[in-house]
Amino acid sequence: MSDAIQPPAPPEALITLDGVTKTYAGITALDAVGFSIRAGEAVCLAGENGSGKSTLIKILAGVERPNRGRVLIDGRPAEGLTPRAAGQAGIKVIFQDFSLFPNLSVAENIAFSAELGAGTRLVRRARAGDLARATLARIGVAIPLDARVETLPVAHKQLVAIARALATEARLIIMDEPTTALTEREVRVLLGIIRRLKADGVAVLFVSHKLAEVLEVCEHVVVLRNGAKVAEGPARDFDAASLTRHMTGRAVGGQAPAPLAEGAPELMRVEGLGKAGAFADVSFSLRAGEVLGVSGLLGSGRTALAKALFGLVRPDAGRIAVADRAVPPGDPLAAARAGIGYVPEDRLTEGLFLTQSIAQNVAVGRLDAHAGAGGVLDLRGLLAEARDWLGRLSVKAPDPDAAVRSLSGGNQQRVVLARWMARSPRVLILNGPSVGVDVGSKAEIHGIIADLAAQGLGVIVISDDLPELLGTCHRILVMKAGRVTEAIAAGGVTEADLAHRLAS
Amino acid sequence: MTIDWTRNETLVALVILAFGALAALSDPGFLSIATLTDLLRGGIVLGIFATGVLVVLISGGIDVSFTAVAAFTMYATAMVLNAVAPWMPWWAALMLGAALGAALGAINGVLIAGLGLPTLIVTLGTLSVFRGFMLTFVGQRQITTLPPGMREFGRMMLVRGENPDGSIWSLHAGILVTAGVIALTWFILHRTLLGRQVFAIGGSEESARRIGIPVRRVQFLVYVYVGALAGLAGMIHASMARVANPFDLVGLELSVIAAVVLGGARLAGGYGTLTGTVLGVALIVLVRNSLIVLGIPSTWQSVAIGLLILIGTGLPAWQARRAARRAA
Repeated sequence: MSDAIQPPAPPEALITLDGVTKTYAGITALDAVGFSIRAGEAVCLAGENGSGKSTLIKILAGVERPNRGRVLIDGRPAEGLTPRAAGQAGIKVIFQDFSLFPNLSVAENIAFSAELGAGTRLVRRARAGDLARATLARIGVAIPLDARVETLPVAHKQLVAIARALATEARLIIMDEPTTALTEREVRVLLGIIRRLKADGVAVLFVSHKLAEVLEVCEHVVVLRNGAKVAEGPARDFDAASLTRHMTGRAVGGQAPAPLAEGAPELMRVEGLGKAGAFADVSFSLRAGEVLGVSGLLGSGRTALAKALFGLVRPDAGRIAVADRAVPPGDPLAAARAGIGYVPEDRLTEGLFLTQSIAQNVAVGRLDAHAGAGGVLDLRGLLAEARDWLGRLSVKAPDPDAAVRSLSGGNQQRVVLARWMARSPRVLILNGPSVGVDVGSKAEIHGIIADLAAQGLGVIVISDDLPELLGTCHRILVMKAGRVTEAIAAGGVTEADLAHRLAS
Repeated sequence: MTIDWTRNETLVALVILAFGALAALSDPGFLSIATLTDLLRGGIVLGIFATGVLVVLISGGIDVSFTAVAAFTMYATAMVLNAVAPWMPWWAALMLGAALGAALGAINGVLIAGLGLPTLIVTLGTLSVFRGFMLTFVGQRQITTLPPGMREFGRMMLVRGENPDGSIWSLHAGILVTAGVIALTWFILHRTLLGRQVFAIGGSEESARRIGIPVRRVQFLVYVYVGALAGLAGMIHASMARVANPFDLVGLELSVIAAVVLGGARLAGGYGTLTGTVLGVALIVLVRNSLIVLGIPSTWQSVAIGLLILIGTGLPAWQARRAARRAA
């Protein structure tokens, strides 16, 4: 051993994180996280929403700087990493939304970064086309080069994003939630590409909360929970169940909801509901106290169905009845009068008035009930009722008069719930009830769903979060290409089994 | 060649043909060189304006201040040239106008790209400021004696000829400037990295930032370019009208934006073609110039233009929404 400076990481490590800590306004997003990635290796970074995954991606991409700890590239500390420097070092992030340009051609999307880096002022289509063709050939896929990206299916967009990352010197490709929108077949194509990249010496970091699918190509697994590394080891030591257990800190699967009471009355009946191009021939009934799950991949028609049930999309065929009374189709107000409540997937754009106060957001659903003579509002009664509901759903807000914008994702979701509960609905449709909320809030929202069902409400949960469905629903309808292909009883299926049925 | 029926360009071209056919039926004299040169003449200034608007719309912004920039430029330049540099040749006067327009556009650019303010708000504000500033501090009286250079340009005809009835038709040389502006803009948009960055930002600003496009710089340049084109168009307008009227041009901005949108540019950014823009301008000019031929009173002009906008932009939007709903 000489006295030469020892590299702090094994020499073959491409990227090493060493005690990386990041705090935002006193909240620790990452707490002394350390691991390393070698060339040609695929690493799985697993964690629930809010576990610090995105912060870690941002630090590797040079968008954020750690407060403590360091990032080493080739064993050398990368001080003050910027997005540009990270890109030049070969670190490429493929964001969940792919960050492509929908209006430009496949060739241009792939070649854009390279053209930017080339420093020329003029573009040459031939050069861009050659680069795009060569890069797509490298990953072994054929996509028409002059197709506009907006016209491509999701899986192809992802391939274009991968090709763009490879078009310039790439040594580590970070993929954020890579399998969310893919069918099982498309995932297999993706895994084939990852194997090719690894053989080329490119390292891959998968970042996701659903990683069971990519485990087979990974060498190494790192699990984050609440900003800290809670597990790390060779991929062969992990399976879907152990990943989930590490991510959530508890065994989520297997906790089936309390059984449905015998002879619970039917609340809602849907017969032959259809909408051209979205879904067809959907029939089911929902009993009081029942939680019904609806699942399917993106594009399976689940969201359109949810909207149709609440009248936001007008179905072409079929009927909906609540307590044996027909609900006029395509009319959200009539649906609300019939006792149907709907909490949208994207509560930020569809469900909340972000800049208005929390109490007002709850009260807005009850304006009609508190209108006195001549349409003048009983403001005091209205807001008192809203505050009451906020308390009952344990919304953690410093002040009900603060803007909804100031709340966390989980609490925003509770505000939307509170608004609907104030109207005492009979059927509540929750679209992606825990999208974008942290683990703790998620468990609490599941608790609220169970409570609502226990009070005799019918709840429909539309989600692609399988542990969530298995943990809250009595029955799960599986949708594929707009049709309900199966109705699965709770407890009769494992998560892996359900995943297979969804995506096969 | 296959025809793409879903494109705005096709729709607008068909409407132009139908309109021309109707006009020709009701007045056989419609199909003449005189009509054509009249239409081209009407498209000179509008065409330059529209080209600038196209670039802003592609970048995902909007500019409603360009008419005020044009009016300010033509009035101030005419006044300054008369006072200090009456010897300046026409081409230098046009360049000076473009430079002054670019400077005014740079004010928009600083507010929008530098401070990150919303483009509609900024340009609505500068529209009013530029115009008010000119009327208050520069002047309100028409300049009927233009500087010699502008007068010379105003008289410059490309071709002229005699109609069967003995009257004279002529085509103003300004059409060459418009053609040059269109060619230059095509080159910038399609053959330079800057142009592709404009498209990229319009397609997704966030993605553009993530792959390292200097979004602010590109936006700034876009507003400078629009300003320069507006200044140029203002100079040509005054030269052709042989008067610099400070109350002119403002009010035209929505018709120009309408022409560009009719041609298929999307207000949301990222999409638009010069072919579509030229067709859109042609249609608007045709409607303005020729409704009378069809026996429709000129007060119906704005109604007709409004209906064209509603149909021409509403139809594709409606189709897109149907497609989106099907995909949901």
